[in-house]
Amino acid sequence: MTTIRSLNPTEETTVQKGFLGKWNFNWSQISHYALLIFLSLIILLPIYVIILTSLKRQVVIMSREPVWFFMPTLSNYQEIIENHNFMRHLFSSIYVSLASTILTLFVSSYAAYAIARMKFLGRGLLANTTLLVRMVPPVVLTVPIVSLWGNWEGIWLESAAHGRYLTWVSQTWLCTADSQVADAVCQVFVDGLMDGRIGLILFYSALNLPFVVWLLVGFIQQIPVELEEAAIVDGASPFQVFRQVIAPLLKGGYAVASIFVFRIAWNELILGLILTGRRTYLLPVKANNLIDNAGVQWGLMMAMGTLILIPPLVLTFFSARQIIQGMTAGAVKG
Amino acid sequence: MRTKLIDQQKLVPLLFIMPAIAVLVIGLIIPVGNALYLSFFDWDLGTKWETAEFLAMENYMRMWQDESVRKSLWVTLQYTFATTIIEMIIGIGFALALEKPIRGASLFRTIFILPLMISPLVVGLIWRYMLDGRTGLIPHYVERIGEIIPPLQEIGFIRHAYLADTRLALPAAVGVDIWQWTPFIFIIILAGLQSIPKDVINAAYIDGATWWQMTIMVKLPMIRTLIIVTLLLRLVDVFRALEVLFVMTFGGPAQATEVLSVKIYKTAFAAQNLGYASAISMLLIAITLILSIGILVYNNPVQQEGRA
Repeated sequence: MTTIRSLNPTEETTVQKGFLGKWNFNWSQISHYALLIFLSLIILLPIYVIILTSLKRQVVIMSREPVWFFMPTLSNYQEIIENHNFMRHLFSSIYVSLASTILTLFVSSYAAYAIARMKFLGRGLLANTTLLVRMVPPVVLTVPIVSLWGNWEGIWLESAAHGRYLTWVSQTWLCTADSQVADAVCQVFVDGLMDGRIGLILFYSALNLPFVVWLLVGFIQQIPVELEEAAIVDGASPFQVFRQVIAPLLKGGYAVASIFVFRIAWNELILGLILTGRRTYLLPVKANNLIDNAGVQWGLMMAMGTLILIPPLVLTFFSARQIIQGMTAGAVKG
Repeated sequence: MRTKLIDQQKLVPLLFIMPAIAVLVIGLIIPVGNALYLSFFDWDLGTKWETAEFLAMENYMRMWQDESVRKSLWVTLQYTFATTIIEMIIGIGFALALEKPIRGASLFRTIFILPLMISPLVVGLIWRYMLDGRTGLIPHYVERIGEIIPPLQEIGFIRHAYLADTRLALPAAVGVDIWQWTPFIFIIILAGLQSIPKDVINAAYIDGATWWQMTIMVKLPMIRTLIIVTLLLRLVDVFRALEVLFVMTFGGPAQATEVLSVKIYKTAFAAQNLGYASAISMLLIAITLILSIGILVYNNPVQQEGRA
């Protein structure tokens, strides 16, 4: 059985001497590079096209012949930022992505520590179930979200499916007739829950949690037990051991995990489409809504797409090593 | 005193895992349970829940006989197996060809993970534009090649609106998925190949193995588990995939690219039949569950610890 735990895929093992340095051409290496460059071009072309198109005027975009050279314009970006509440939706996106990243990391690092280091009844069962729920298709969540969460600022405002679950929670636990909670507080709480972004944070966390737990279990297992034993001998409680010994050593794991959670939350469209309203749209949802009955407003769409691309591109260029580490761990850990 | 100590020790793991379980229960288990529950009802979007009618198994009977669900399942299977098999072949092929470490490899790796990191919405958008019959780059250059070499026109080098043609839409969607996900397989298999112990390769080399023998009889068998797990992971992910197709074709033209996820979305929010959509959801969950159990059998972290 292959194991990848010891493997660092980005580490160059041997670099053949002589190539380029001494100008002795090695055909196998030249074809190697040629193939890599060819594949890179295939991968980069569509990304280049979207950025290029975002700088074109609608007339140029709709021309039958592809136009490669033209006078670039920022009018699409200007339109997006000035007339489409870009800042508000950007805030929504950042808020949801960051909050779900923090929630996921916080919650799953504790669970990962328990699975990696503690023995308890149902540990195996818990481990297996976490792996199974990872495979739940997000589209399956859409219908229950309508029936349980239902935030209808828009089209279905009159629907009676109006957040039954949350209404129930708030009426039963929080805002009962004899409750001590003031009406105003109650209202703030209910409004907060009805704001689909809270729901999104929760759903993105739940969808990512199994993967992150297993990723962190792998990282924790690499930490020598002796450190914890020493801390316990010094009288530290399990929580102190975790916070003061394990958590600081988990930085690498946190970095890998946060890239994956942030990416999913930032890129996701469908749950956002269901859960957010006109005022709280995330960027992908806002972009999707630029497709209307009249067709697609390509210029605006491509500008929006380019803006959505920026954080993932930046992440990729600065943390390719962590991403590959997470991907290979994901394949091996299921 | 002693019993109290034991109780405390039992409580600690519970406290550690409780928050995670709470998030999973609220965010996944309850919604999936709710979908199962709703699948026994006839409930339309926009009507009061009180008016929903209990149907017992009727939604499932209807699904069993529904031609469009069958068609959708068939599209899903074609889409899934075509993408996964082609991606595996290309990915493993390139990994074998480019296995030798070279200078600058990390730059290429960075480029290769780009398609995995960008939003499915953006992927769908780009390709929708590039494949558009009127303004798209790909139809244009395909047509040009056909004009330069006329015999090629016979085999399809003419201007097509790929995403509007019932015969071409699914192959085009498969092509987009290949563009996006082959690098994933490439990188994982490459990592696997490079982790094969050097002495095994050297031993085979001394025994006089040719490149071909080395590949078929040594390297691929050594990373067999990794290949199977990658394959299953891809299968599950393609079965679940929704967003690229959602943006690119929304299941059309006709039902040509209507995979189960799109079918579920359309049933719930276009046909507004929430109960029936839930029943189809259960079908999709059943399929992904079977595949996931496959992954667990081949690659169980809990068992791995025991062996390690």
